[in-house]
Amino acid sequence: METRTLDTLSRHQTAVVTALHSDGAERRRMMDLGIVPGTAIRVEMVSPLGDPVAYLVRGSVVALRREQAAKIEITLQPAEETQP
Amino acid sequence: MMAEPAAATPDDLIKQAEALRSAVGADFHDDLMLSIYTDAARIADHAVTREGAARGRFYLDRTIDRLVTSRVWGFPMMLFMLLAVFWITITGANVPSQMLGDFLMGAVYDALHSVAQALSFPWWLAGFLIDGVYLATAWVVSVMLPPMAIFFPLFTLLEDLGYLPRVAFNLDRLFHKAGAHGKQSLTMMMGYGCNAAGVVATRIIDSPRERLIAIITNNFSICNGRWPTLILMGTIFIAATAPPALASFIAATSVVAVAVLGIFLTLAVSWFLSRTWLKGEASTFSLELPPYRPPQILKTLYTSIIDRTLIVLWRAVTMAAPAGAVIWLLGNVTLDGVSIGEHLVNLLNPVGLLFGLNGVILVAYIVAIPANEIVIPTILMLTMMVGGSSMVQPGVMLELESNTEVYNVLVGMGGWTLLTAVNLMLFSLIHNPCSTTILTIWNETKNLRWTAMAVFLPLALGFGVTFLTANVARLLGLV
Amino acid sequence: MTVHTTTSHACETCPLGTNAQLIRLGINVEGWNYVVALAGNPNTGKSTVFNALTGLRQHTGNWPGKTVTRAEGGFLYQDERFKLVDLPGTYSLLSSSLDEEVARDFILFGQPDVTVIVVDATRLERNLNLVLQILEITDRVVVCLNLVDEAERHGMTVDDRALARDLGVPVIPTVARRGEGIPELLAAIHEVASGAYKARPHRINNHNPALAQAIDTLAAQIEARFEGLPNARWVAMRLLDGDERILEAVRSGELGILARGAQPVGSALQQEAA
Ligand SMILES: Nc1nc2c(ncn2[C@@H]2O[C@H](COP(=O)(O)OP(=O)(O)O)[C@@H](O)[C@H]2O)c(=O)[nH]1
Ligand SMILES: [Mg+2]
Repeated sequence: METRTLDTLSRHQTAVVTALHSDGAERRRMMDLGIVPGTAIRVEMVSPLGDPVAYLVRGSVVALRREQAAKIEITLQPAEETQP
Repeated sequence: MMAEPAAATPDDLIKQAEALRSAVGADFHDDLMLSIYTDAARIADHAVTREGAARGRFYLDRTIDRLVTSRVWGFPMMLFMLLAVFWITITGANVPSQMLGDFLMGAVYDALHSVAQALSFPWWLAGFLIDGVYLATAWVVSVMLPPMAIFFPLFTLLEDLGYLPRVAFNLDRLFHKAGAHGKQSLTMMMGYGCNAAGVVATRIIDSPRERLIAIITNNFSICNGRWPTLILMGTIFIAATAPPALASFIAATSVVAVAVLGIFLTLAVSWFLSRTWLKGEASTFSLELPPYRPPQILKTLYTSIIDRTLIVLWRAVTMAAPAGAVIWLLGNVTLDGVSIGEHLVNLLNPVGLLFGLNGVILVAYIVAIPANEIVIPTILMLTMMVGGSSMVQPGVMLELESNTEVYNVLVGMGGWTLLTAVNLMLFSLIHNPCSTTILTIWNETKNLRWTAMAVFLPLALGFGVTFLTANVARLLGLV
Repeated sequence: MTVHTTTSHACETCPLGTNAQLIRLGINVEGWNYVVALAGNPNTGKSTVFNALTGLRQHTGNWPGKTVTRAEGGFLYQDERFKLVDLPGTYSLLSSSLDEEVARDFILFGQPDVTVIVVDATRLERNLNLVLQILEITDRVVVCLNLVDEAERHGMTVDDRALARDLGVPVIPTVARRGEGIPELLAAIHEVASGAYKARPHRINNHNPALAQAIDTLAAQIEARFEGLPNARWVAMRLLDGDERILEAVRSGELGILARGAQPVGSALQQEAA
């Protein structure tokens, strides 16, 4: 199992959140959106200018800026990567 | 208070809470959220059944999203959508505008004068009521109603479909670089309806610094009151430079160009503010992109015509009627044999010309502080009353039934050139907000300094830009 | 999924399936008997439900953040006057973000007689986050399971009865845009408002025993101090989380007003509205 941050995930890859490194209001907002340890998260689309990136999380599509994604630790799920 | 011996005082309670808080540790919130999501997942799992096969809709959404936000097609599609909306608006509004104009400024106008004559109204009363109040109102209706009745439903359809958050998603990088909040692009789009609404919408922005930036720059979103000015100028001046086959396309392009310039200014001014008076870095941002929802076409048509078009029109009419009265008085109350309006226009004319505008336009923008909607009627009436009084018999030229006649009046009587039209479009984009918006800004900020900045910064910028274009045009020998 | 025309808790004698008993009062909210709040995540159809019940045309739009201020309207149902309050969307009551303050404060301090939580059937799990939080504050809740048509198109079926059992409050499936399920929603609102429906609200299952213990201890003391307070457990959780707004409410005695307002008709709100 490889540990890295969400911003390094590429298009259509799926991962599982392992930890949040943000704090305060930002951390709470992430949790409100359903991003907590154990949540599956997947890159849905990338903005034409490369940032932000939209993720599929708990059935909704949520856009995050790169610096925020960098504060979310994930582990890759090799089995799910092949899914369309 | 109703303290009982057994119960702790509020202070005791808080102390107790603090003690317990340090005992349970800093992870309280995380633990709670984890517990909630564990329960939520279990309950949802219990209630939801998925049929694996029927995921077609989901993939359709994703396919559209990939196209709309694609590196290659994302921005061209945004431009294309804007162009399409304005092209449809301009071509669609042409004929109804003409018919309304014929009717309101031809038949009804003549009928009113006949009635006034039959009732032997004194000239000043007939003039005040018919050439002042009525005419200004009629102009507002015929200039505004058709384009608004097409533009609003189209925009509302895009909104219902879910396209706006995608635009925000595409533009976010630029806002981020400008030190602005990601949701500023949403409040910017709210401003395309009404800047006062856009200013209120900035409440979705948490950080006070970024919210102020969004408030001050909302003025660069062209509002209801300003679209008609742009559409009219685009149609009668800019399109005239193109072959007839391309006319409405060129007109739409010119309007879109001004709208895009507005987005550019929003970004540039935001960037400037976040490096000067509102220093700081862009704060974090998250935006949910809702699923595409097939809009209910008929309902959208109905509500956008009733709620937006008619409300906006009503506001314009209630502003236009008194403005018409003021303009008529300006044109007919004389000092030393010259009307006050002419005095004012002559006074401001040298200043106006310096900026590639003219005295009439400047007076119109003063009269139109309460509402941008009345700029065009004011300009037309003033041009005819002041500029035309020496050339034409009063009353004869007041019937502007078609765009060609409007063009003839502005060029023939007002001495307009292409530069005047272009600079009016620019100044319409870049000037002080209307009084309703200013009041809203005050209510939202309760701060004189920021309210003043929201008023004078765009005004100064507007004069700067028009001065620049006027001088460039003169240097190049274009005018 | 089909929108059921009967629900287990519905009044047996009144004919459902029509809006015949609903009289939309528009902006007229004079002399109301009950206050109903509309809460929910952004973009779940709150304003659409609001419009269906009041006959008003509050702006709806397919993007989060469309509603930023609260709108009020009224309707008359079974001879009772209801005041309906459309709130801006919220993801959570636990955050301190400004845009959610209006909704949070109203649910907490406005003391509505009924809180209708509009949830998106296609994103149930995320939406339940808010539902579970509100259930900690009040048991006078009706869950409006909206966007059922979209769930269907996505090949999802939501069992509203299972959901109602797990949550312990009425769950009404609706397609607000087409007015489907609105009569049932009205019946449920009426039952909860009049106290005919006895809720057995779900309580958050704390996985950390030390935490559960701390909440219970503090909640007991709060209850002793502010007698009649309907949501002592919630206040305890917020105090443990160091929520400034709640700390202030304890200090200033604002919570005391809440406790006294816990009688059938929210008198605290009447003061606030005046
Ligand atoms: N398909 C479908 N769309 C709905 C339904 N209810 C609301 N909508 C649409 O969902 C979008 C958001 O609705 P709105 O009432 O503004 O949501 P709010 O943000 O919760 O107030 C709008 O485009 C509505 O037309 C529904 O039951 N089915
Ligand atoms: Mg709403």
